[in-house]
Amino acid sequence: MATAVHPVAAHPAARPSAGGRLASDTWTSMLRVLLNYRHSPGLLAASLGVPVVMVVVFGYVFGSAMRVPGGGDYREFLMPGLFAMVATNGIMPTMVGAARDVGRGVTDRLRSMPVSRTGLLLGQTLADLLVSVVVLALLALVGLAAGWRARHGLADALGAFALLLLFRFVMTWAGTLLGLAVGREEAAGQLSVVVFPLAMVTNAYVPTGGMPGWLRVVADWNPISSVVEAARELFGNPAAPGSAWPMQHAVTATLLWSAVLLAVCGPLAVRKFATHGR
Amino acid sequence: MSDTARPAIEMAGVQKRFGSTEALRGLDLTVPAGTVCGLLGPNGAGKTTAVRVLATLVAPDRGTVRVAGHDAVRDAEEVRRAIGLAGQHAALDEGITGRDNLHLFGRLHRLGARRARERADELLTRFGLAEAGDRLVRTYSGGMRRRLDLIASLVTSPPVLFLDEPTTGLDPRSRQEIWNTVKELADGGTTVLLTTQYLEEADRLADDVVVVDHGAAIATGPPARLKAAIGSQVSVTLADPAQLAATAVVLSSLSGGDARIDLAERTVTVLTTPGVSVLLPSLVRELDGGGIVAEDVAVRRPSLDDVFLALTGEGATREGATREGATQESAATGRAA
Repeated sequence: MATAVHPVAAHPAARPSAGGRLASDTWTSMLRVLLNYRHSPGLLAASLGVPVVMVVVFGYVFGSAMRVPGGGDYREFLMPGLFAMVATNGIMPTMVGAARDVGRGVTDRLRSMPVSRTGLLLGQTLADLLVSVVVLALLALVGLAAGWRARHGLADALGAFALLLLFRFVMTWAGTLLGLAVGREEAAGQLSVVVFPLAMVTNAYVPTGGMPGWLRVVADWNPISSVVEAARELFGNPAAPGSAWPMQHAVTATLLWSAVLLAVCGPLAVRKFATHGR
Repeated sequence: MSDTARPAIEMAGVQKRFGSTEALRGLDLTVPAGTVCGLLGPNGAGKTTAVRVLATLVAPDRGTVRVAGHDAVRDAEEVRRAIGLAGQHAALDEGITGRDNLHLFGRLHRLGARRARERADELLTRFGLAEAGDRLVRTYSGGMRRRLDLIASLVTSPPVLFLDEPTTGLDPRSRQEIWNTVKELADGGTTVLLTTQYLEEADRLADDVVVVDHGAAIATGPPARLKAAIGSQVSVTLADPAQLAATAVVLSSLSGGDARIDLAERTVTVLTTPGVSVLLPSLVRELDGGGIVAEDVAVRRPSLDDVFLALTGEGATREGATREGATQESAATGRAA
């Protein structure tokens, strides 16, 4: 190997503007996530398979013994809950991925490069969002086959999906923050123990009316419940909202929760990324 | 080493504390452009923290850090344009191909999509990974990963390269490959700072070695000079144990050191005083004159291992003494072996 290394003119082009850099790094970062999906058919299959399994398990197994207060089909009651679950559970792969990058030193390598920190994280979250669009669409198809319908027209249905994607976006940032904070892939995986009850103590699978008082308060004020309730309203699906404020103003509550969580998690995640290990 | 050019890497009085741990306590370091500096030290000495400070990953609490002429704190972005970093892990995305890893890093370095692709191809070909380039990194062997990791830090041909324990855990062949690559880069004018626990590595690659312990440099100099500062080890093995004492007297007087007797091995060993050389012919003559029959006579030049142990393995007084010794020119070693 006698070839000299230096004569290769590989020096970076002229300094781009901050905006150009943000856009370019966002796109590169998205590309990275999407390439990972391309090479991992299993990952994609799992992402797509989960909704089908969920409809069968919850809709037909649990659903066979469920009665919705005030009447209505349980599977129609369930579908908005499952949509919200897909949005929520997206926190896991994001969290594990961020922790893996920290653990393997990828985060450090990226931080030693002249890149836009916001762009790198934004690209990952946007790519996750893109995958979620596909998964939600598939879940909707499975739901339609199981008898679920969006009964308030296209505009409201699109509004519901927009809220779900907004929440998914928020969850990605929360996952990025947690993953960066945890810093170890295994530890991030163990955090699912925490995510699971948070996702279950909601109105997604059962109405909160039958829960013990204290648990009901937790469930009604759980941001995930707001998303579920908002989706039920917009899809015109059976619902059994309690009297708690977030249940009575589900769309507003969802927007507020999303705004607050994003305002907290987004900047903190970028900060954590930029100053990791300091 | 030119006097006019600015050093490529400068650290002066750098301190860094993590909670109650003082990782760096006033580290000074100067690496002239185009040279290879080996940062040597035991685990926890502060080597990795030093690299992280230089690579703008960690801000120092105190002291100044300049890399490629830029302040690493105030002009971190300029420093990032000038450096490559390969850490202790293979910092790669394992779920995509080697080629895609390089391609993405090239894009992040703003080579542009097309140039980034070309550059990935060039690097893979030059470093013998052209065929493996289209396989997922998770299928690579440990050696291939580390090689790709090193290559990933070369995407922009950075003038300054930081390698944090580049060969830890590698088999001898992979280590040799990494060494060849580093040599080649150094020959091409790249300034390299590498941390290592392998003294042989520093010996092979580094123009200058900085021994770090407890967050500060305790000795600096070319490997040969550091080794000269601790003298050679002379050992004589006898057939007749009765002659051990007489041999010890001869060795002590020749070397200026205290000879140690190992009865079980019938061996007398002495570490020569730095600056004193024990010449094999005169040693043999002296032994002969005393009627001593030696089975084996060995004069061993100190390895960097010996330097390392002498500097880091003992108390503060010894540290001070060897630091002084390390800076004096000496021609003690090398003749007898």
